[in-house]
Amino acid sequence: MTAAIDVSGVTRRFGSLRAVDDVSFTVQEGTICGLLGRNGAGKTTLMQLLTGQDFATAGSIAVFGKSPIENASVLQNVCFIKESQKYPEDFKVKHVMKSAPWFFRNWDAEFARQLIDEFRLPLNRRIKKLSRGQLSSVGVIVGLASRAPLTFFDEPYLGLDAVARQLFYDRLLEDYAKHPRTVVLSTHLIDEVSNLLEHVLVIDNGRIIVDDSAENLRGSATAIVGTRTAVDAFVENRSVLHRDTIGGISSATIGTMTAEDRKAAAEAGLELSTVSLQQLIIRKTGTTERENEFSA
Amino acid sequence: MDDSRPIFIQIAEQIENDILSGVLPEESQVPSTNEYAAFYRINPATAGKGVNVLVDTGILYKKRGIGMFVAPGSREKIITVRRERFQAEYVRPLVLEARNLSISTAELTDMITKEGDS
Repeated sequence: MTAAIDVSGVTRRFGSLRAVDDVSFTVQEGTICGLLGRNGAGKTTLMQLLTGQDFATAGSIAVFGKSPIENASVLQNVCFIKESQKYPEDFKVKHVMKSAPWFFRNWDAEFARQLIDEFRLPLNRRIKKLSRGQLSSVGVIVGLASRAPLTFFDEPYLGLDAVARQLFYDRLLEDYAKHPRTVVLSTHLIDEVSNLLEHVLVIDNGRIIVDDSAENLRGSATAIVGTRTAVDAFVENRSVLHRDTIGGISSATIGTMTAEDRKAAAEAGLELSTVSLQQLIIRKTGTTERENEFSA
Repeated sequence: MDDSRPIFIQIAEQIENDILSGVLPEESQVPSTNEYAAFYRINPATAGKGVNVLVDTGILYKKRGIGMFVAPGSREKIITVRRERFQAEYVRPLVLEARNLSISTAELTDMITKEGDS
């Protein structure tokens, strides 16, 4: 497999703020990769750097093996759907659909028409007059129908209703299966997309704190629940991601468990449950001082 | 899909279940990786991994250019493997819980007999 994106030691500084802080990772070609993190973690800045819309303070970025900055051969293969895309004043939905093929050579007008129908988007309405959800669906449709070899969706579905989100997931999977390509998806709705992702990057305070396959991450944390003493005894000498105690009952989130660990836990009367990707990321990016003390 | 186990294993088990129940008879073609991905709303690579687990164990085989098929004798094979796991996965937890509830072995045997009759 070759890398669609190869980032090495990239930093983007705004004054004293390091929005992206010495980040290195690769995204393999033909995968759906989730870029997850809290508000202000650096997701959008990172995507702007990757699409040549912003300049790194330090480090190197290669997209399909070349720098994306002012590089037509790279950028014509890239589609970046931004959370707040700006359109020319007086643009109508149909104008967006008409101009999209100028930028994306794989543009499938038939597919776009189908999506417009399914998302119930009014072609003749001005972009300015669209609701938040409808504006998001314009981005989703452009992102899907462009079939760019590398597509970034930055929070593509602000304001989209549950039906439209499901439609987006279904069409993305379908079309990705028919036309394999690289997709980077940034979202806060982790539970909804976790099964779609092949690879997961988590960014926090400008740093990549998780870079792993979704499959590995699923098994990487376990919640154990039981009496306080039993839990205390079990987590001794283990790193604890999170700890909750109520009365005599305690729960702890810990890392990967071996079959022997599981047997020992069962014998100690502890209940085990798997931690969802969303919970895992909350645990990893939501640490407060108090919890740090616990896990130290 | 539940969260507690890898998705590709659940896909493999689901296909095995379909073979056991006769939904997928031996020598029949199984749905494509992309069809599984769309149906379960999972990444096609994950679905492919699940199918490959069954190819490796000889439950499915590939006809080049056509697709995946259920291998002859696969039903027997699945039953043998699952029987071996039955005690650890079903009987042991059952006995453990029975013990927690002070259900005697005799009572438990009785319950199983009753359940089997109904």
